[in-house]
Amino acid sequence: MTALLDIRNLHVTFGAGPDAVQAVRGVTLKVAEGESYGIVGESGSGKSTVLRAICGLAPTSEGSILLGGTELIAPRRADFYRRVQMVFQDPYASLHPRHTVDRVLSEPLAIHGFTDREARVERALTDVGLGPSFRFRYPHQLSGGQRQRVAVARALILEPRVLLLDEPTSALDASIQAEVLNLLDRLRSERGLTYVMVSHDLAVVAHMCDRLMVMQHGQTVEELTREALRAHAATTDYTRQLLTASHGYTKAAS
Amino acid sequence: MSALLTVEDLRITFPTRQGPSEVVRGVSFTLGRERLGIVGESGSGKSQTGRALLGLTPPPGTATAKRLEFDGIDLRSASPKQWRALRGGRMSMVMQDPKFSLNPVMTIGRQIMEALAFHGRSSHAEKKARAMAMLEAVQIRDPERVFRAYPHELSGGMGQRAMIAMMLVTEPDLLIADEPTSALDVTVQIEVLRILDALVTDRGMGLIFISHDLRLVASFCDRVLVMYAGRVVEELKASELDRAQHPYTQGLMNCLPKIDNDIRPLPTMTRDASWAL
Repeated sequence: MTALLDIRNLHVTFGAGPDAVQAVRGVTLKVAEGESYGIVGESGSGKSTVLRAICGLAPTSEGSILLGGTELIAPRRADFYRRVQMVFQDPYASLHPRHTVDRVLSEPLAIHGFTDREARVERALTDVGLGPSFRFRYPHQLSGGQRQRVAVARALILEPRVLLLDEPTSALDASIQAEVLNLLDRLRSERGLTYVMVSHDLAVVAHMCDRLMVMQHGQTVEELTREALRAHAATTDYTRQLLTASHGYTKAAS
Repeated sequence: MSALLTVEDLRITFPTRQGPSEVVRGVSFTLGRERLGIVGESGSGKSQTGRALLGLTPPPGTATAKRLEFDGIDLRSASPKQWRALRGGRMSMVMQDPKFSLNPVMTIGRQIMEALAFHGRSSHAEKKARAMAMLEAVQIRDPERVFRAYPHELSGGMGQRAMIAMMLVTEPDLLIADEPTSALDVTVQIEVLRILDALVTDRGMGLIFISHDLRLVASFCDRVLVMYAGRVVEELKASELDRAQHPYTQGLMNCLPKIDNDIRPLPTMTRDASWAL
C-alpha cells in the first residue's frame, strides 16, 4: 500500500516539566490515497490532537508525519495547505462572525494567489448545495447546517487532496447531520478525496470510513475495518464497550 | 395510575421585533410515576417546556396553560413562596452541563447541604450524613473527597453525578432532566443513566427526560413525546417506536447512521410545512 499520509510513532506533549501533558503517546497510522480513515475515542483520548498535529496546529514532539512520502516540516509551508485542509467541529465558533461568506471563501484564494476568485467562490457554494445567493450573508444569518456547509466549502476551495474532519457533525441535529454526511460522502466519491475523520460517535465513523482506529488515553487501542466492526469482531474490551454504548441504553450491567 | 403532573395546552411566547413568537404551542400531557421522554431537535421547544414546568420561563417570555397541576397544586397561580417550597424540594431539574450549573466557588458538599437546609430542618451532622449517603448512591467511589471538592476539580461524569445527587437528596416526586448526559462520553453516559434509572425506580419518582437523542430516549423511557416546532407531533410507547406514524418521527429514526447496515446516501427529511401547523 502506498500511503498518502503516513504517521509514525507520533507523540504530542504540551508543556514541560512535571506539568507536561502527553496528549498523544505513540500513534502510528497509514492512510492511502482516496481512502476514508476514522479515529474514534472519548474526550481526552487525543483523537483531535492527532488531526491538529497533522496540519501543524499541535507540536510534534516525537515521531514523524509524512505526506506523499516527504516528511512535513514545522511550520508547514503554503503548498501543504493546498493539499491538506481541515473542517472544525463547531461551525458557530470556526467562522468569523463579522466576515461574510464571500470573505471567508475568498481569503484562502487571495493567500494562495488565485485570480478567478469570483467564479471559484460561486462554484464552491454550489458544490456544497448552498448556491450563489448565500454569498453575501453573515454567519448569524445561517443555520448550523448551512454554516457547516460553508466551512466545508472553505476547506475545499483550494482543491485539497486530503480533508481532515474534526467532529464535523457533532454540533448538528440528527437530520442535519445526515445531510452533511451525505454531502461529504458525495464530494469524496466525486473528487477522490482522502478523509481523516475524528468522531466520538462510532456509528458516524462506521458510516463514513473504510478503516478506523480506536484511541484511549493518547494511545491506539485497536485498528479495524468497517467490516470487522459490523461483524462485532472487536478484539479489545474497550471497543466492545463503545459498541454496546452506541446501541443505546441497556438496563443490566454485567 | 394517578397523575402526578397534568399539563394542558401549554403555550410559551417570547416577544420579538416581529411581534410575539410562540415557541411552545399547545402542549398537553399527563405524567404518572413513570419515565417520560421528550424528544426534538434544537428549537422544538422541548427545553422551554421543561423549564415552564418549574416556572422558570426566562423573562420576557411568558408561559400560559389551561391546566398546569402538580399533585393537586395549581402551578399557574402558585405564589413565589409556594414555588420556593416546590423547586428543589418536590420537583427538581438536572441540567445539561455540570460545568455551568454548579456553583464554582462552593464545594460540592456545601451545595448539597444547602439544598437540605433550604427544604426542612436538620442538624449539621444529619445533613452531612445524608449528603454523603447520596454521593454514595450515585456511585461516587470516593465520596469524602468529592464532598470537599470544588466543581472544577471533578470530571464531567463526576460533576453530573454530583448534580444528580444534589437534585435527589431532597427526595423529590418529580425530576426533570434536560439533556443530562449530552455533555458526557458514551460509556460514562450509560453509567449515569443506570444510576438515574435505579434511583427513579427505587424511589418511585416521575421522570421527564428531555433529549435530542431519539435512540437513547427510546431505550431508556417508557413513553416518548416527539416535539416539532413547538408542538407534540406524536406520542407513543418507547417500545413501539418502530411503529411511529408521523413522518417526522420516522425521519428522525431513519436519518441516524447505523453500524449494522449501510444505507447510502442516508435518508434525509423533507420537512412538510403542514407539520408545523
